[in-house]
Amino acid sequence: MGRIEAQRNILDFTLSSLLRRKGKNSALVIVYTLVVFLLASVMFFTHSIRKEASLVLRDAPEIVVQKLVAGRQDLIPLDYIDKIKDIKGVSSIKGRLWGYYFDAAIGANYTLMVPPDAQISQGSVEIGDGISKSRQVYQGDLLTLRAYNGEAMLYQIERIFSAESALVSADLILMDENDFRNLFQFPVGQVTDLTLKVRNPREMTTIAQKISEILPGTRPIIRDEILRTYDSIFNWRAGILIVILFVAVLCFIIFAWDKASGLSAEERREIGILKAIGWETSDVILMKFWEGLVVSLSSFLLGIVLAYLHVFFTSSILFEPVLKGWSVLYPEFKLVPFIDAYQVATLFFLTVMPYAVATIVPAWRAATVDPDSVMRA
Amino acid sequence: MRKSSIYLLYVAANVIILCLVFIHAAYMRGAATDMLTEKSEMVKRFELTDLCLFTDARYARHLSMADMNSAFQDMPMAFEHFPSGSIMLPPPHIKRAHGTY
Repeated sequence: MGRIEAQRNILDFTLSSLLRRKGKNSALVIVYTLVVFLLASVMFFTHSIRKEASLVLRDAPEIVVQKLVAGRQDLIPLDYIDKIKDIKGVSSIKGRLWGYYFDAAIGANYTLMVPPDAQISQGSVEIGDGISKSRQVYQGDLLTLRAYNGEAMLYQIERIFSAESALVSADLILMDENDFRNLFQFPVGQVTDLTLKVRNPREMTTIAQKISEILPGTRPIIRDEILRTYDSIFNWRAGILIVILFVAVLCFIIFAWDKASGLSAEERREIGILKAIGWETSDVILMKFWEGLVVSLSSFLLGIVLAYLHVFFTSSILFEPVLKGWSVLYPEFKLVPFIDAYQVATLFFLTVMPYAVATIVPAWRAATVDPDSVMRA
Repeated sequence: MRKSSIYLLYVAANVIILCLVFIHAAYMRGAATDMLTEKSEMVKRFELTDLCLFTDARYARHLSMADMNSAFQDMPMAFEHFPSGSIMLPPPHIKRAHGTY
């Protein structure tokens, strides 16, 4: 009981000492909170989007085969199917029709696609929630698209995908194969790419290699590669994220440098007085440790909670200008909060511990000198 | 009230809020199961390959389907024409021999 009371007395004194330098310490807590908030927001956002991608895309096509012409993707002839289907381990193969449509009316890009099992009747479309909101068209309305021969094509909207599925469907238009071919004047006998199903998923790489041997002008993309693409998205090495990380590291270097470069004359005098009235060196170090902990822990807890509210309640509103970029049509990032204790612990050790430790070293140096000389200085 | 009591109450309140954050996250994950299944079903049914994160450029919209000649052709950290290109990395398989086997 006595030990706890002693710690509380030191904490009382520490808080009074911090409040004496209210302006400086408040500014420190605000900046510290902002840095934690920024790092935590980036961590929560990127982790949640990666996790969601891994769950949603685990049923993506097992192998996609593209044809390359002079280094660029080109339409692939349907007769390539005959050359690939005989490869041992391939259970099914079919052509995929998809492409992009630039809507000059609102300046947005759409993804147009023909569903593989012909679920849509001719003259009808199913559209994403993003298109519906941007074009102000709803179920039962007509959607006008301009065909590549200049003709205006009218399609009845049969269904609008839910706003919850926007992360995969915001810009999607599904239509019948004939409509698709008419709209783009798409050549008969060719498709955008091929999708394969394999009997044994462990053979995907071997089959991809065989496809490359048989058809050297093609590029197979296996599902693991699609998943790895989204596993490395928003990696810390990517552009703006490295800038944010750099800013955060710089802030912590400034904090640590401020502490490690020594204490102010006022703080040294305070330590001198404390030692003169009987405080032990260990008490002074303990007081400085509490000081570091009060500042860093307060900022850390507040920063984490604010970051959570930012990412999962406001759909990362502060990141929106960056995420939108030049996109006219974009999904609202309503992410599922995939957060865990590991992320919080990582942030804790990255932000709280270095600061708490950095406050002890100069305090120890000041606490071991003669109180008389400190007070006279 | 002692200053230490006020501070400890503040820390306790924050820790409780942090616990509530974890409870809320767990609840939301449970509630999102249907929504995730719906998205996963759409990916399977329509044979989708990418998330609709950016729609400003084709290589940003279908990142895993991009070729080296459209984006990132100078170097992965090169200044990009589209802002989205500055917050994501080129797909790992593109960097490996331009995605060929």
